[in-house]
Amino acid sequence: MALRRTQKQRLYRYAVYAVLIAIVVWIVVSTNWAKIGPLFFNPAIAAKMLPAIITTGLVNTIWFTAVAFAGGLVLGVLLALLKMSSIGPFRWIATAWIELFRGLPAVLTIFAIAFIVPIASGVPGQKLGGPVVLGLIGLILVASAYMAETIRAGLQAVPKGQTEAARSLGMSPMKTTFWIVVPQGFRIIIPPLTNEFVLLLKDTSLLFIAGAFIWSKELTTFARDATTQNSNATPLIMAAILYLIVTIPLTRFTAWLERRMARER
Amino acid sequence: MSTDLINLNAPAIDVRGLVKTYGDNEVLKGIDLSVHPGEVVCVIGPSGSGKSTLLRSVNLLERPTGGEVLIEGIDITDPDVDIDRVRTRIGMVFQSFNLFPHMSVLGNLTIAQRQVKKRGKAESEKVAKAMLERVGMAHKADAYPAQLSGGQQQRVAIARALCMNPDMMLFDEPTSALDPELVGEVLQVMRTLADEGMTMMVVTHEMGFAREVGSRLIFMDGGHILEEGDPREVLANPQHQRTKDFLARVL
Repeated sequence: MALRRTQKQRLYRYAVYAVLIAIVVWIVVSTNWAKIGPLFFNPAIAAKMLPAIITTGLVNTIWFTAVAFAGGLVLGVLLALLKMSSIGPFRWIATAWIELFRGLPAVLTIFAIAFIVPIASGVPGQKLGGPVVLGLIGLILVASAYMAETIRAGLQAVPKGQTEAARSLGMSPMKTTFWIVVPQGFRIIIPPLTNEFVLLLKDTSLLFIAGAFIWSKELTTFARDATTQNSNATPLIMAAILYLIVTIPLTRFTAWLERRMARER
Repeated sequence: MSTDLINLNAPAIDVRGLVKTYGDNEVLKGIDLSVHPGEVVCVIGPSGSGKSTLLRSVNLLERPTGGEVLIEGIDITDPDVDIDRVRTRIGMVFQSFNLFPHMSVLGNLTIAQRQVKKRGKAESEKVAKAMLERVGMAHKADAYPAQLSGGQQQRVAIARALCMNPDMMLFDEPTSALDPELVGEVLQVMRTLADEGMTMMVVTHEMGFAREVGSRLIFMDGGHILEEGDPREVLANPQHQRTKDFLARVL
């Protein structure tokens, strides 16, 4: 007797589950837990890392992310407005900036600001703020380029009638932008901006290239140095867990916002 | 620009030889039109006739390619004119309402008062509530635009324009986006405004409104004013064949 369509589908689904379970079992069984356990999940070393991995590593990561995000946002709004300007040179500057810092790997930009700028300008890096400030400037440049495009898309998604209504009431172009266009544009871009925040959070791990003091190590650098010192990878696993503790709620928040906005439309 | 430069004897709106082109497309081909204080001028015509472009040129949402637009005697096509200042005297109502969705009704009505007229919070809210009263929307002061029907949104939009104490009002197909049962409440508000002596220029498809409220009717086609006159005359006895064809289709 031929199977009905629903039965066939159910059978197919069970087959897929079975294969997936088999793969997981194979990984678990074939893993050398005796060797991996002490190397990656060592409780003694984990205890040794606390609380510094949080109070130094995670706190620095969040601080650096916040500073780079805020700086990138301010510059990004400026770049987005320049890019939408009716004045040619303004647009060209914004385009060149965005293309340059989006086209380069972030690690190279940070390196360039931290080392090439002091050499090229003849001003020692210390006088320019030291590795932490220079590294953050590099990260802000990268963040601004990515955010500028997001912000521009958001501002342009605000219907033209909104601008026309505001201008018809006698509001100047500046006031129209500030009171009418930007608040609506930002509502549209909160989800993509949250994604930028998550990307930026992970990109703070590139700040090591500018150099780090003991007090200025962010999560990845902290964990990597601790891994080297202890010849044990447990700190890296802890760092990974800490990253996820911060990033997963953020991405969940983005998904929730997107669902809510889809409902409001 | 000070108020003593406003010539009170001049027409409210004086359009002279207005030309508007988009690339090769000539939308307005030399329009001459005067609207005097207290007049209600209705503009009708097929889509693409240039009637909306004409209206939008009056407050410079469209920048004319040629000709002059004088508002109370001041040529607003002069680049030295402070257009933001002139626009506070011209209320504009759009087909799609264009309320600010991120602000409450009260916010919609006070933002320009505060930012442009520099009125204080208390005064601007007092004016806003008085204008909401005029359009019968006082009970929705704290609502957001998305919570209102189309007719309610358009009445709020009219109140928003009135808050600037304009000398004249422009209406760009104010009822075209509305469900049929909501058209009446908006037309009623406009009729009251007209009765109170507001100078109005109305692009519309509502022939009943044009006949009963309009002091003059203008028929546009192909970027020209083809016919104008007393609305009852034009509607009952159109002179031009194009006018007859258009009216036969819409009436």
